[in-house]
Amino acid sequence: MPSDLIPAAHLIGAGLAIIGVVGGGVGIGNLFGAFITAVGRNPAARQDIQIYLWLGFALSEATAIFALLVSFIILFT
Amino acid sequence: MASSPIDVLGQFRLTTGLGPLGGAVGFTNSNEMMLLAAVLIVTFFALALRAGAIVPGRLQASAEISFELIRNMCDETMGKEGRAFFPFVFLLFIFILMGNLLGLFPYFFAFTSHLAVTATLAIFVFLLSTVVGFWKHGLGYLKLFVPEGAPLWLLPFLIPIEILSYFSRPLSHSVRLFANITAGHVLWEVIAGFMFMLTAAFGGIGILAAILPLGMNVAFVALETFVAFIQAYVFAILTCIYLKDALHLH
Repeated sequence: MPSDLIPAAHLIGAGLAIIGVVGGGVGIGNLFGAFITAVGRNPAARQDIQIYLWLGFALSEATAIFALLVSFIILFT
Repeated sequence: MASSPIDVLGQFRLTTGLGPLGGAVGFTNSNEMMLLAAVLIVTFFALALRAGAIVPGRLQASAEISFELIRNMCDETMGKEGRAFFPFVFLLFIFILMGNLLGLFPYFFAFTSHLAVTATLAIFVFLLSTVVGFWKHGLGYLKLFVPEGAPLWLLPFLIPIEILSYFSRPLSHSVRLFANITAGHVLWEVIAGFMFMLTAAFGGIGILAAILPLGMNVAFVALETFVAFIQAYVFAILTCIYLKDALHLH
């Protein structure tokens, strides 16, 4: 493999790795959509649901961050 | 990539702290920040709770709110037996929160951005919950790996999956915190790198255009402050959930 292809392969690999962020986006969108529906139906339950909202947000955001980190590692190391 | 114009991972490099004495005993800047976090936590609570007023002032209220937040979380997840673990969970929360927040300041080192630090905390939580589980239930703790109400023929498949998921707990627990903090700091530096590239490429117009990435970075400060809090909270709540499994089996 010619050595000048390696930087290009780095960039392509980092670009492919970032596709994983899509999953996190879908997850967070779903989460807040479900939260709005739930609060719309039962506004009194808002306080109880909110704890799980932020827990779910952090958990699904973390999966997106994993992909972002892999992309960064490929790009910068 | 080696030819990158900015060294984004340089901010996570360990250097020695406390001058020549620190170098001799291997005291790093990461340890320095941990020490600072510990001192800040102790002074904050000593100052805030010194008055002990019935109607709390602002400082005392801030200490009490953080206390109540974690105590409610412990009660909701672990129940009455969980009270014994409240000091541990609270200390984890406040130490990680302080580490995350200190890392947001320029030239300060975010010690939670090192996998070694977060993995140490996560492995300690994992060992603690395992020990508590076996201590409380004896060998009955192994029932944790058998999902309730699953058909018998599925068990040979489910039990290995449950065991695998149990042992991957410390991995996801530690990587979540480390990756969030690291990604946030790298993002800052990448966007800050745009500013340098713009000014180097376009001169005066570039300086004007660099206001845009600067504004983005300011917005990211708000996001990162939020993430610093949320990740400390999630680390604490996952600790509670793991300890709940050990105390109550599902």
